[in-house]
Amino acid sequence: MVRSALDQVALELNSIKKSFGGVHALQDVTFTINKGEVVGLLGDNGAGKSTLVKCISGVYAPDSGEIRVNGKAVYISSPEDARAAGIETVFQDLAMIPEFNIVQNLFLNREIKHKNPILRWLGWLDTKAMTKRARKSLNRLNTRIPCYNEQIHNLSGGQRQAIAIARAVNWGADIVIMDEPTAALGVEQSAQVNDLIKVISSQGVAVLLISHNMQHVVETCDRAVVLYQGRSVADVAVADVTKEDLVGLITGAKKIAA
Amino acid sequence: MNAQMLSLNQLKQIALHREAFIYYIFFFVLFFFAIVLHDTAFLTLSNFMNIVKQTAPLTIMAVGLTFALAVGHIDLSIGSVVALSALVGALLLQHTGIPLAVLGALLVGVTVGLINGLLIERLQVSSLLITLGTMGIITGIARQITNLESVPIINQDFTFFFGSGKVLGLPILLLWTLIIGGCAYIILKKLAAGRHLLAVGGNPVAARAMGIKVTRIRLYALIASSTAAALAGLLYAGRLHGARYTLGEADLLTVIAAVAIGGTSLFGGRACIVGAILGTWLMGIINNGLILSGFSTNEQMIARGVILVIAVAIGVKEIRNG
Repeated sequence: MVRSALDQVALELNSIKKSFGGVHALQDVTFTINKGEVVGLLGDNGAGKSTLVKCISGVYAPDSGEIRVNGKAVYISSPEDARAAGIETVFQDLAMIPEFNIVQNLFLNREIKHKNPILRWLGWLDTKAMTKRARKSLNRLNTRIPCYNEQIHNLSGGQRQAIAIARAVNWGADIVIMDEPTAALGVEQSAQVNDLIKVISSQGVAVLLISHNMQHVVETCDRAVVLYQGRSVADVAVADVTKEDLVGLITGAKKIAA
Repeated sequence: MNAQMLSLNQLKQIALHREAFIYYIFFFVLFFFAIVLHDTAFLTLSNFMNIVKQTAPLTIMAVGLTFALAVGHIDLSIGSVVALSALVGALLLQHTGIPLAVLGALLVGVTVGLINGLLIERLQVSSLLITLGTMGIITGIARQITNLESVPIINQDFTFFFGSGKVLGLPILLLWTLIIGGCAYIILKKLAAGRHLLAVGGNPVAARAMGIKVTRIRLYALIASSTAAALAGLLYAGRLHGARYTLGEADLLTVIAAVAIGGTSLFGGRACIVGAILGTWLMGIINNGLILSGFSTNEQMIARGVILVIAVAIGVKEIRNG
């Protein structure tokens, strides 16, 4: 199996289970992601992809199973827990405040406060420092933004996705989960997001990419984990398989020992 | 490298910005009345001070309502809170001192805001319906507690602080407007709290995903709105030397129109305090101008309605344009 250069496990999932009433959404999901690796999470509708993402990002608490981050077992029961563990999620619906500008969105709920202790206590914002840091972190991701005062709704979908990814990485996330990051984007913008994914993984960030687009998976992922009826049924290096193999695994037509 | 370009860009942005609209219309109306009414007392400092004093409770209500609108709620109960808080304040003044009376009146506001907020969040019903209901309840209570009779206030200190007083040559009602407006401006523009308020109004799903406590912030916004209305009630009571159940009755339309024309979105996410204050002053100037031109109360009411419709039309058009 092909492993990335950094052979350290960033995220480890051990037999994660989650039921809703009588529905066993996740029955047994086990896989790992290494640092600097991009892992595609595949599966048909209802295979448990979104439930799993919600378990990792703290929206749901799993019924049983273990999540380990950098070797340490973590208990995640809220989005804050996930964030504290170094897991950031980039949501499909481009979770931005349309009326806010780039800097305001990047620092939402993590604003840099004024240095003066009294003003700081009041929650006074240090806009200059935030603009400076925003420029730095977007430059680091090779994202060119014309004007930092631009409101989000004036940006293209690709630029917005770039900001959302920058926001995740900006907060020192070791693990970034992306739920269909290119679903709403055109060809060129998808390519930009793919480049961005490569940039952040080259900086050591582990990426879990949920996608329906096989082309996208083949282009960007190192490995693919396939969910089928709530179980992880395959864990393959993308270089070793064809798109048809992946489709076969997703539909259950083909089987490989996980 | 592009400092000049940036400033040019910014200038253009400011000139075309929705929030700048209030400045244009404010000075246009001022100019219009100044010409039409050139042979009256319209363009005198004392007339403008009168307008500021008369609209002081309205500006405070408008500032409060801006908070509710910022998170995407509307608060229709503010007019009724004005009456109840003024009555509670006036009744308490007959038995206790100013601090307790003021506290009691403001507590009316806090309580109403809390009830509004909890009902909206628990029942997941639109704020429009909940506050319409509480408006009816509070109006009923205000009429009930004094049997429709007015309550006079003879406490000179109270009427000084909340009505006729002057500090450093400025009417105290202007100071109230500036202090409350200034605090609200700082909260919304400079503090993290204001950023979160607007985030909740702009995209509650995103705000929640980023870890903002959406429910709590909406609750705070509604408490701010009705507490401001309670303060407005005290300012009415101070200026008029008494309280009556009719106070604030006709203010709701004026305040909503003023806030909307001032650039605050009626659908959440965008708030402008300076616009809200200028908006209420604009409404005051229009009223004043119409009175000096010899128009009746009925015609003033029509003018207020027209302004609200225009403000809303502009707001909706802007949303459609993206």
